[in-house]
Amino acid sequence: MTSWLLVMPIAVPFATAVIAYLIRHSVAGRYVSLAGSVLSLVASIALLMAVLDQGVVAAQMSNWDAPFGITLVADYLGVVMVVITAITGLATAIYALGEIPERLEKLGYHALFQTLIAGVTGAFLTGDLFNLYVWFEVMLISSFGLLVLGGTREQLDAGIKYVALNLVSTLVFLSGIGLLYGVTGTLNMADLAGAVAEVEDQGLITVIAMMFMVGFGVKAGVFPLFFWLPASYHTPSFAVSAVFAGLLTKVGVYALMRMFTLVFVGDVGFTHEILIWVSAATMLVGVLGAAAQSDFRKILSFHIISQIGYMTLGLALYTPLALMGGVFYLVHHIIVKANLFLVAGVARLQAGHTDLYRIGGLYKSSPFLAALFIVPAFSLAGFPPLSGFWAKYLIVKAAIELDAWVIAFVALFVGLLTIFSMTKIWGMAFWKPHPDGIDPTPDRAPARIRVPMMIPIVGLAAMTVVIGFFPEPFVQFAEIAAMQLLDPSDYVTTVLGAQR
Amino acid sequence: MNSIIFTAGARILVALLFVFSLFMLLRGHHLPGGGFIGGLIGAVAFIVYSLARGPAEAKAALRLSPEGIGMVGLGIALAAGMVSIFFGAPLFTGQWYWVGGDSYETALFSINSVLVFDIGVYLVVLGGILSLAFAFEEET
Repeated sequence: MTSWLLVMPIAVPFATAVIAYLIRHSVAGRYVSLAGSVLSLVASIALLMAVLDQGVVAAQMSNWDAPFGITLVADYLGVVMVVITAITGLATAIYALGEIPERLEKLGYHALFQTLIAGVTGAFLTGDLFNLYVWFEVMLISSFGLLVLGGTREQLDAGIKYVALNLVSTLVFLSGIGLLYGVTGTLNMADLAGAVAEVEDQGLITVIAMMFMVGFGVKAGVFPLFFWLPASYHTPSFAVSAVFAGLLTKVGVYALMRMFTLVFVGDVGFTHEILIWVSAATMLVGVLGAAAQSDFRKILSFHIISQIGYMTLGLALYTPLALMGGVFYLVHHIIVKANLFLVAGVARLQAGHTDLYRIGGLYKSSPFLAALFIVPAFSLAGFPPLSGFWAKYLIVKAAIELDAWVIAFVALFVGLLTIFSMTKIWGMAFWKPHPDGIDPTPDRAPARIRVPMMIPIVGLAAMTVVIGFFPEPFVQFAEIAAMQLLDPSDYVTTVLGAQR
Repeated sequence: MNSIIFTAGARILVALLFVFSLFMLLRGHHLPGGGFIGGLIGAVAFIVYSLARGPAEAKAALRLSPEGIGMVGLGIALAAGMVSIFFGAPLFTGQWYWVGGDSYETALFSINSVLVFDIGVYLVVLGGILSLAFAFEEET
């Protein structure tokens, strides 16, 4: 019955979405959504147990054997992404209890949210390229719905940019799929791994690989394709932007990691070399863009971009250590970045705005929140002993081992600039007095709203600290994930041999 | 649209289209047709109706909100896929019970989870397309 282990993390959010939509006019809807998120987490942990036990788990939907049917497959990388998705989903579902007003709930907020989670999970679990495209669409439609829900002017503006640029990416991706199918006659990723190597015209494969790189690159937000991201992430509600910031771009990174370790490895010297410089530019441009911003969420949005560079760098360097760092970075970043957006929401709630020039005094009035900001912020910048330190350490070490001194320097320099941005937020939002003379104490918001918003922040900050102090099991996990990526024979045989 | 020919013709067209959409739905699986195309034709029926009589009347004729129909359809499709859990097969494996025979060729008819899935898809497509179409008609 392993097939049901793979299905449940996708089916649970879908079922929750249906129920939550049908009862959206009652308060019960939000608790259904919360219960669904808890169940998703349980289902993903069950899957994690199975993967820890067996290495790779795969199943064929509808009982059509690979490569003809749709395969669901979870290896170490896939399953950890599923678990972290469920954790982020649960955190934001709790947060939404406080933040999301009834007006948005009646428009179907919870249904869209759960569909988004289902889409993200599906993308992490599928073993079929066309199916991956379908999950991208599920994600795109539901995230567009969440982005414009409420329908203010800025939201629609952001929504149009977001959806237009993402549709371009999907178009490139879909054309790539079509070409790849034309060349190899299969879309099952495990089957492709063998089929691509046998194609005579490897130049054509490299062209297709570049189409995939562009398609996924837009999704991931790498240089020079990232501009949709800071244009849209600061407009929706904070719970939504936390999920976006945590998960959406990482699906792009995950897809890059999957395709460029499993399928497009014929010309590593060319494709991955491009990716190295793209990563370096992504890191630099993102962090410099952030330095020019003064809005809480816009700074964080630009930092997503710069951090994406580290993850793609892990892939691009293409050594066991680098990939291990990349996987570790993915997991660490989702927790930290989602948490920072959640903190931004509470800061807005207490101080009244997200523009750093119009808020202040948070350190004096709510030191607890300040402490909770420090943890993810310093982790993001890579301060020991928080999780970000280990993530950056692994990547930089991998770069130095390859004698890629320029890259290693860029990675460290970007870390320094990240501290600059974080101290800017710290100085302006927390230290300086509030410009309107307001004392932004926590009790400016009713406990009914504030308490559910604080719980996930505490939880995620605790996770950051735990990963920071006890990195050993996480690093080991990432090491196995990297080994599986570099030697996909286990993945391939499991998928092609998977029966019921 | 203010053409009397269209308004009068729409009455017949709508009925025909709707019957045809159900025919396509039931014909599916073994022959060309199925829930997706059936749902599209069903949506066309309602769109023709709303062009002839206005979106308000079309919505009244639909009785339920298109978004609700789509979501219920999603639930039905998911439930139909889940049926296979009771037979120890992976998700979406079609479950067939043949009446009066043991295969497609010999049986009179079958009771199966595939048709239920197709009905779910039909509702998703009908609801999805109509919610878009109604939104567009209200804009203009």
